Formats: sequence, C-alpha cells, structure tokens
Amino acid sequence: MSALTVHNLRKSFGAVEVLKGIDLEARNGEFVALVGPSGCGKSTLLAMIAGLESVTSGEIRIGERLVNSVAPKDRDIAMVFQSYALYPTMTVRENMLFGMESRKVPRPEQEATLARVAALLQIEALLKRKPGQLSGGQRQRVAMGRALVRDPKLFLFDEPLSNLDAKLRVDMRTEIKKLHHRVGKTTVYVTHDQVEAMTLASRIAVMHQGSVQQFDEPQRIYDHPANMFVAGFMGSPAMNFIPAELTTEGGKPALTIKLADGETATLALFDNVASRATSKQVILGIRPEHLSRYDPEARAQKPGMVSLHAPVELVEPTGAETIAVMRLGDLEIVGRFDPDEAPSMGEEILLGVDMAHACLFDPATRQLI
Amino acid sequence: MADIALTRALDPEAAIAGRRYFRSRTIIYGLLTIFAIVYLLPLVVVILNSFRQLPEIAQNGLIAWPRSFSFKAWVDAWSTYCVGGTCAGMQGNFFNSLKLAIPATIISTAIGAINGYILSKWKFRGSEILFGCMMLGVFMPGQVALMPWAYILGTLHLTNSTYGLILIHCVQGISFTTLFCRNFYVNIPDDLIKAARIDGAGFWRIFRKIILPLSPPILIVTVIWQFTGIWNEFLYAVIFTSGREQPITAALVALSTNGTNVRVYDVMSAAVLIGALPPLLVYLLGGKYFVRGLTQGAIK
Ligand SMILES: Nc1ncnc2c1ncn2[C@@H]1O[C@H](COP(=O)(O)OP(=O)(O)OP(=O)(O)O)[C@@H](O)[C@H]1O
Ligand SMILES: [Mg+2]
Repeated sequence: MSALTVHNLRKSFGAVEVLKGIDLEARNGEFVALVGPSGCGKSTLLAMIAGLESVTSGEIRIGERLVNSVAPKDRDIAMVFQSYALYPTMTVRENMLFGMESRKVPRPEQEATLARVAALLQIEALLKRKPGQLSGGQRQRVAMGRALVRDPKLFLFDEPLSNLDAKLRVDMRTEIKKLHHRVGKTTVYVTHDQVEAMTLASRIAVMHQGSVQQFDEPQRIYDHPANMFVAGFMGSPAMNFIPAELTTEGGKPALTIKLADGETATLALFDNVASRATSKQVILGIRPEHLSRYDPEARAQKPGMVSLHAPVELVEPTGAETIAVMRLGDLEIVGRFDPDEAPSMGEEILLGVDMAHACLFDPATRQLI
Repeated sequence: MADIALTRALDPEAAIAGRRYFRSRTIIYGLLTIFAIVYLLPLVVVILNSFRQLPEIAQNGLIAWPRSFSFKAWVDAWSTYCVGGTCAGMQGNFFNSLKLAIPATIISTAIGAINGYILSKWKFRGSEILFGCMMLGVFMPGQVALMPWAYILGTLHLTNSTYGLILIHCVQGISFTTLFCRNFYVNIPDDLIKAARIDGAGFWRIFRKIILPLSPPILIVTVIWQFTGIWNEFLYAVIFTSGREQPITAALVALSTNGTNVRVYDVMSAAVLIGALPPLLVYLLGGKYFVRGLTQGAIK
C-alpha cells in the first residue's frame, strides 16, 4: 500500500512552471529521497506535499485520501526544516509540546510522549534551554524531536543536515538511518547531497528542472542511470562521458574512441547494447572507479576489461583513494585508484577500462541506450 | 640593534598619527558639546524659571541665574491657575491628555501589529498594493485631513470630546505602526510560520505564541513613537476641543493668550514642563530600547 502518491503534479509561480508533471510514490515505511541540483523544485514539491504551497494541477494522496486542498495541520504529517525553524522564544520543551498543545492532546499523554522522544534523541538535558543556547547539531536533534512527538503518517525532511559541518553531518546521517529503522515511518527526504540520498533512501527520485528524471532504488540509479543528467549528478567524482562510435572488431561489436593526434582506440563491447542503438554515434559513460591500472591477470576474472593508454595530468590523493585526471584526446577523464597502484604525475598509464560497467547514451536524446 | 633602529624609524609617524587622532577627536567632541548645549539650553531656562518667583523674573529678565526659589509656580500651574474662567490649573487637561494618549497608543499599536503580521506573513493578492496605499498616510501632513475629520466627528457627534481625538489618532497612527511592525516582521523567518501551521496552530495562536513574544523591540519603538506623537499633537487638539475638554498641549496655548496682560512666566514655565514631562519620562525610561529596536532585527 502506498503512504504517499503524487500524480502528474504541476506548480506554476505566475508564468513560470516550476514543477512539470511529477509522479512519485512512497510505500508504507519507505524512505524516499528527492535529490537534484539547487532550484530544481525539491523544496516546492515537499511544501506542496505538506500543504504549505497550493497545487496548480495534479493529485497528492496521503494514504488513500486526496489532500490537494487539505490544510497542513490536517494532513497528518511532520516536517523538519533546513533552518530547523525552532520557535526562538520557547524552550526546547515548549517547542516540542507546541504541536500537541495546538491539538489539545491530554496533558499526561504530552508528558509521556515528550519523555519518550527526548530519551530516543538523547536531548533530556537540553529541555530547559532556548534554541539560541544550542549548538547546530543539538538544534537539529530538537527539530527532529519536534517532528517525532507527532507520530504522523508521513515525515518530511527538507535538507535537514545541510547546515551542519561535514563530520557532524555524517554522524547525523547515520542517526537518521537508525531512527528510521526504529520508528519505521514513511519518509520523504529532500537533499542535494547524492551521498546522503544513496546511503539513506530505499528509493531515490532524481529531479532536474522541475521533473523527475529517474525514480528507482539507489543501486539501480547508480548502475543504470536513465540519462546523462542522472549519470553525471549521482556519483563523485562524476561519470566520464566519452564520445564514441559503434564499430565491430573481429565480428563482435566494439566502440572506437578518438585519442590524441588522430589515433583511435577500439574497446570491445561487453553487452549487446549495440543492437539497441539508433545511430553510430554514442556517448560512453564510465565511472571513475571502473578505470584502473591495467592488469593482465585481473583480466581473466573480469571479462569486460580492455586497455587504453593515457597520460596522467594531475594526481589528487585523498587518503583512502587517489583521484587522477588523465588526458584522452581532447577530453579529460577522471579515475579513482587504490593508493598502492596510483599513477604519478606525467606517467603514461596503461588504463584498464571495465566495460562490463559501461553505460552508453544517445548523444541526441541523452537517454541511456 | 636592529630592533632599536626599527622603533626609531617608526616612532615619528606614530606620534604624528597619534596627535592627528587627538586633534580630530577634540574637534568632534567640542562641536558635539556645543550642539548639545544649544539644544538643551531652552529646557534649562524653562526649568530654572519654573522655580523662580515672578517678581525676580521681572526684575532680572527671563534668562538669568535664579536668585529665588519656590514651588509655587508648580502648584499654581497644576491646581489653581485660572484659564478661561475656571481656576483649576492644568490638571484636568493633563488627565485629558492621558485619557487620550494611552488608549490611542494602545489601540493604534495593536492594530499596527496585526496589520504588520498580516502584511508580512499572510500575504494575499493585492496585499503589497494595500501596504503601499497605507504608506501614503506616513507622508500625508495632518492638516490635509482636517476638513474630513471635522465632517466625520460632526456626524458621529464626537466634536469637543476626547473620544473624537482618540479616533483621529488611532486612524492617523495606523500607517506608522503598520510600517514599523511589518518591516520588523518580514525579518522573522517564514519557516517559523510554516512549522507552526504544520503543528496545528492557526492565525491567532501563531500571532500570540510566536510573533508577539518576538515583538517587544518593535512594540517599544511603536509605543514610544505613538505616545509622544499623540501627546505632543497640537493641531487637532486646538481645532476639535475647547475649554475643559482640551488636552494639555491645546491648553498651553490658552494659557499664553490669557486675557490679562501680565506674563506669568513662572506659571507658564511650570505648565510647559508639566506638559512635557510624560514624553520626557517615556523617553528616559525607554529611549535605550527605542534606538535598539530600530536597529535590531527580529532574530539575532
Ligand atoms: N514563491 C515563489 N515565487 C516564484 N518562484 C519561486 C517561488 N518559490 C520558488 N520559486 C522558484 O521555484 C524553483 C524551485 O525552487 P525550490 O525552492 O523548490 O528549489 P530547491 O530544489 O529546493 O532548491 P535548493 O536546493 O536550492 O533548496 C526555483 O527556480 C525558485 O526560484
Ligand atoms: Mg530547497
């Protein structure tokens, strides 16, 4: 059963269409992430689900109920804002009780819920403080606490971690994941951080310019991006895009790519994608981690492995891995190496390309072939 | 050695800079002191005269160091001096002013706060235009509205009554109070309102529980502005009230145009001070917050 269904949802601000026919669905207990670049309409979509923005056309259902024109307070939702939106003049305790007081929940029940949620989030010690006296991480917790006391059908998060520093962000990410396991509530989580989306969500909707580009499980989105936008947006460093031409080599389909000085290289195609292509020209998409130092022994185990010469232009060690920028004809491609086998600057590396994980895109439609 | 050379090289410049700084400070403070004296001198003269005796003022002139001291002028001005046939001093007019300024301040501030809340947090189609129209009131001189008010007060049978003046000041003041409050409330993040709406709070509960607790800085500004403005207002008071109904500003005029030709400078000084005391007190008590409220945002 679906906890949330969004059907052909549109939103215009004056003449500007911000959302262009969104379809989305969250099953009971599911964690759905909305991810996309700034300005793509994530917050607007979330605000419409919450009832804070009006619907131009389309349908929003929470459970079975059509909620298009239901007031926010009657939608049985709770929301955590990017700015936390804690009431500045109230203590943490009053902040968390405010919603229950508005709804005239009986006093003893209020106290019990408050105690339970405060214990869950370990914020008992903060209850008497005002938001101004809390650190960023503590405010974040309180904001979640205020949502949790509601016990709603649907949790909405709008970039709840984007105001935290990098380390705290990772910690809170883990906490949110644990919390979701424990509470098991249907959640829609907006973020522009694709790592957050990948780690937290059971399904991800990748949005761009007001429409959903792909809505699928994280690994499928990563391995089979529906188009070049999704491919480029998900993953860091981003996927390499290399213009190529479909050819045959020894009767088998292959790809030819241009190298420097008019030379070309031919890469055997592992998949039978060639038959689906509508033109000879394609774009090869290959993720940085599928480039490696060519190792003939490994080739035996990885049937898709082909090799390629490329001069190394830049090396960026990050500790756990080393990022190297290499030249391929007019293009720069980025590879991700184990520090032990990382190339050095200026080296002409023999690159292993794992074609088993390659994606091919149509250069005209930019869709996955 | 190198150290010494270095300090010696720097020293003259530092000394020149120091002297220049000192000179510019002296000029600035000197000028400011002169302005302050010029500004405060009339007040000092009036205060001194209110404690002098009339014969001594007549003898030594209005601006002179006091040679005598008495509270008589204050007592006269408050309770016994005769204006227009009644000999009850200014106290009645003083209370008229209080009865006028306090309700008018409270009502216009309350309406301004609600207007500001609506115009910043519950915008509707045309609300910006409406706000623009209300702002015309800020720039409109009071005398433009004299005739319409005369008509309205006449129709409502509120001429020569404090209630009429209260009505005028509430309406005339709304432009300012709305402007102050709206400009303060637009800085309160909209997310707070959204969060409260999801939390189940309605229009009034959000106003009472979230907006009002954040409002003291701007409410203090508005109250001070309105109270001093209404208390000191003079034109409407003179035109629409007379005799015992007059607020103190209007009554002071009557005092200076009193039938007898003897200028009672001591009583007039005391009366003027009685009339000036409430705004002065309000400023002394709240001036600090006034400046702070005007410069401070809603949320630090
Ligand atoms: N009230 C409004 N009036 C006009 N345009 C708006 C309004 N609110 C949002 N927009 C526009 O709608 C688009 C989507 O905005 P939205 O806030 O949903 O983006 P977002 O995906 O949440 O971006 P971010 O990651 O920066 O938060 C933007 O181009 C924005 O300028
Ligand atoms: Mg946003």
